[in-house]
Order: sequence, then C-alpha cells, then structure tokens
Amino acid sequence: MPGFGIIKGLKETARNFFGSYHDPGRFVTIQYPEEKREHHENYRSFPFLVYDGDPVKGLRCVSCKICEKECPPQCIYIVPEQDGSGKLLKFPRIFDIDVSVCMGCQICVEVCPFDSIKMDQEFEVSTADRFGGLILNRSKLAKSNEYYHQIRPAEATAVDAQLAAERERQQAKAAAAKSPAPAAAATREKKP
Amino acid sequence: MTPWSTLLALAGDATGSWLAQLKNLATHPWVVNLVAMAVILGANAAFFAVITLLERKGLGRIQNRPGPNRAGPFGILQPAADGIKMITKEDIVPERADQLVHFLAPLVMLAPITLALAVLPYGPQLVAVNLDAGVLFFFAIGTAGELAAFMAGWSSRNKYSLLGAMRAIAQMISFELPLVLSTLVVIMMTGSMSLVEIVAGQGSAAWGLPGWNIFTPWGLAGFLIFLTAAAAESNRSPFDLPEGESEIIGGFMTEYSGFKYAVFFMAEYFGMFAVSGLGITLFLGGWHAPFPFLEWVPGIFWYVAKLVALVFGFIWIRGTLPRLRADQLMNFSWKFLMPLALLNFATAILWHATAGWQFPGAWLCRWLVCFGIVAGAFTGLGRAMLRRRQVGPRIYRYAS
Ligand code: SF4
Ligand code: SF4
Repeated sequence: MPGFGIIKGLKETARNFFGSYHDPGRFVTIQYPEEKREHHENYRSFPFLVYDGDPVKGLRCVSCKICEKECPPQCIYIVPEQDGSGKLLKFPRIFDIDVSVCMGCQICVEVCPFDSIKMDQEFEVSTADRFGGLILNRSKLAKSNEYYHQIRPAEATAVDAQLAAERERQQAKAAAAKSPAPAAAATREKKP
Repeated sequence: MTPWSTLLALAGDATGSWLAQLKNLATHPWVVNLVAMAVILGANAAFFAVITLLERKGLGRIQNRPGPNRAGPFGILQPAADGIKMITKEDIVPERADQLVHFLAPLVMLAPITLALAVLPYGPQLVAVNLDAGVLFFFAIGTAGELAAFMAGWSSRNKYSLLGAMRAIAQMISFELPLVLSTLVVIMMTGSMSLVEIVAGQGSAAWGLPGWNIFTPWGLAGFLIFLTAAAAESNRSPFDLPEGESEIIGGFMTEYSGFKYAVFFMAEYFGMFAVSGLGITLFLGGWHAPFPFLEWVPGIFWYVAKLVALVFGFIWIRGTLPRLRADQLMNFSWKFLMPLALLNFATAILWHATAGWQFPGAWLCRWLVCFGIVAGAFTGLGRAMLRRRQVGPRIYRYAS
C-alpha cells in the first residue's frame, strides 16, 4: 500500500529521537570545546622548533635558513645570531613563522638537516589580533623534545635514535682524528 | 466609532468617577479589540520563540545530535540570542531592487496571517472576531501570502528570488484547492461556515469517543488531506521548494536579511500555527476536551495542547522526509490529493445518507463502508501515481 514508506521513515526518526535521550552512544557529534577528538599520530597543523633542555640555548636549529628558502609560500623569516665581531653564530636570533600564510605542507620539516623543525598538532591558534597574533616568534615556536615525544611518540623515538647514532659517529670520528696521525685528516682536507 | 470620538467621549465623561471611566474604557470595542490584538500577537510570538527552539532541538535529536545547547541551560536562551542576532544584523537592500515593494513584502506576508489568527476560537469565550463566514475569511485572507511571496521574489531582482517566487506561487495555488476541498466536507456536514459553530458541533461524545470530526471516515481522510496541503501551504518540509536552501539559496527570501528576514520567518511560523489552528478547529474538536470528565480544564489548554501536538507532527515530518521535486509536487497535488478530496465528498454524502440506519452495529457498518471507499481510493490513486511509465534500463543513444 502506498504511503507506508512514510510511516517506516517516521518510525526510524522516532527511534532516533527517543534513542538519543537514553543512549548517548548514538550521538554522531562531540561537544567540541569540552571534549576533543583523538587525532591520528600523523595529523599536523603548523611547524614548531624542538629544543633539548634549555628553551633558548637548547634549540636544535642552527639557523642554516634552508627551510626559509624552501618554504613554498615564504612564510619563514630567520635572522642568525651574531657575536660581538659580527660573525654569524649557529643560532637563530629571530625565527618567525606567519601561520596565516603557512599551508602546513611540511616541506620545512622534510628539508631540515638537523631535525630541528617538526609539525605540531595544536590547531586552536585563533586570535583576535590577526596581524601580530598569527606570527609565531622564536619563543612561541620553541617546544621541548618531551612534547614532541608526547604528540608523535614513534617518530620522535626514531629521530632521537638517529641523532644519537649521528653523535656517536661524530665522537668516534673525533676520537679517531685525535689519536692517529693528523696527516690523514690533513690530506682529506686538501681534496676539493 | 473612531478613536477620536472615544477620546472626546472620555473627556466629556469627566464628571463620572475615575473607576467608572476606566470601566467604560475597558469595555469599549476599540480597547477590547486592541487588547485582543496584542494578546494574539504576543502569545503567538512567544509560542513562535518556543517552537523554533523545540524544532531545532527535535530535529537535532532526530539526527542524533543534541541540538542547540550553548545559550543558557539546555539552550533555552537560544531564541533570544537568535532574535538579538536578527535585529542587529545589517539590513541589506539590493541596489537594483524595487525598494518600496521589497520593503512591503514582509509586511504583506505577516499582516494577513495575523488577521487569520483572529478568527480562530481559542476557547469557549476566547474568539477575537466571531465571523459568520470564518472559514471563508480565513482562506480569503490567507491567499495574500502568495502575493507577498511574489512581491518579494519579483522586487529583489535576483534569479534565485524569482525562481523561488515562481515555485511558491505554483505550489500555493495548487495546494490551495485540496486544502479548501478538504474543509468543504466539514462545512457541508456541519452546515455552517462559522468556526465557532463548527467547534460547537463537535462537542457531543458518543461511544466513549469524542465527537470530533476526525473520528468519522470522511473526517479522517479530510484531516490527512488537510494536513498535507497545510504543510505545502505553509512551505513546510517536504514541500519547502520555495525556499529550497540547497538548490536556490533562500528562494524568495534570498535578498532579505536582518529583521525583514526575521519577519518572513515569523510569518511562516505564524502561517503554520494558523493552518494548524484551523485544522484543530475543523477536525480535532477545537478547544473541546477529549473526554467529558476533563471538561473542567480550560479550553485554551486543550487548544494549545493540540496545537503543540500538530506542530510537533510537522517537525517530525520535516525531520523524516526529503524535499519533493517540482514535478512530483504538482503531480501529488493535482493527480492525488485533488481526486482524493473530491472522492471524500462522496464518502461524506454516503455517511450523511446512511445516518438513519437503525439496526445494531449500524455505526460500525457505516464506518467500515465509508472507510473502505476512502482507503480504496487512496490505494488506487497511490498505485497509479507510483506506477513507472518506463520499465527496463534506460538507453542512452550517445552517452553510453
Ligand atoms: S609547513 Fe610548509 S608552508 Fe608551513 S612553514 Fe613549513 S614549508 Fe612553509
Ligand atoms: S629549522 Fe632546520 S632548516 Fe630551518 S634554519 Fe633551522 S636548522 Fe636550518
């Protein structure tokens, strides 16, 4: 009989209506500011700078500016620190990222040879000041390695292992360079 | 009597005591009408606020969401927030619009509906204007809404507005017919066009059932036809083609913003209350209590309870059915509702002709026979409408 499809539909919506009162599991939405959805480990928002130990001195960034050059929308601005004589130090004095321009492409992370810039998962960056408030400076960007471990445990562990291996290699090399004849090092240096 | 003469009379009556003056004033027809107007408008506006919240809550629950719950506890301040938002929004009038008509359209939409609300009997003594031809007045004044929709669509100078207005006109005119035809049955059986008398005719209870018109086969069919046509008349989903947010943005309301949009919105809900009120009056016994032992509860309570139930039914249907296509809408009105409403006449005549049957079980027998006619017509027409013209896979000459 025609018209019974409507009754079936009405039954279904009524079941939803009453069901949603006694079974909160039916809810398809979450109450956002109070509860937040778990995101995937690979979820990324904007970049941040990793430091070990001290938030300023411990920054891994050596101010090589590779990321600044590679960033497609050119939203990174870096000024290296200088010592008294004007010699550039391996440390950023200014490191700004304009997150109103950043498109979260992760290219800066890919190109950084020092594993010092990583993608954050913080997405609540809205601000009433749309110019200054959206430029993240060095102190806002700096986040500890522990935080990195917290948001991306697997990736951070891999990076740590890699960095440790690198350090060991360097140490071994330094030790090797110190004990045998320094000639080997000198000859290597002559090569173009 | 004009207000001026009232004032003059009041001034001349200075010798009377203050109280007597007040009494004179309070019983003056102008004052009585003004108070009635204010009460009807205020009550409906308050009801409108409550219903918008309940609708959003109900639709949310139907879709497994909690609905608005931020403004105040359980979101009860949501209507106030909406109102403030509507009033403080910028009121944009398109540069090339017909300014005057654009301005007038919301008013032309709202005014007749409030007039229609005035003739409904809300309780035994609660009727603002008791017209002898109340039903006629209701429909005559209600058609002004079509004019307003077209005014809005035409004056906006916007293709979506115009499309919406065209749809609105086509839809409202098509559904006006089944709407009126379904009420004609009640008028025929009651023998009166006065809404007050129609309600009075449904007072007597028999067989433990209230004497409402819906408990007769022609009343039941009439009520269902009425409800469907009323949903279409008040642009309620699934007949919300004139607005059709997903297709034509906002239909004839596209170019309206701020308070004018709110007025349209309010008029739409008032229209729903008005047709629901008419449906209650014609088929659901108006302000009568369902059972005699409940008569001590004031009539207005029963009226409001029935109104809430009907409006909730509309919300439920809105949450369930998808929007119709324009051709489906027209077919539904002209090929299904119209013949059904006409056939309902025959049922009513049969019901009337067999009123004299005296043998035991006569009432049940009449009921079943009449119901059979209506149900058979319903099934037959429905089958005919749903039958597919084209069977088998469609053949595309070039595309495939
Ligand atoms: S994520 Fe992409 S856009 Fe953002 S700073 Fe890095 S390179 Fe630039
Ligand atoms: S973040 Fe990495 S690539 Fe960018 S300047 Fe620092 S070390 Fe170089």
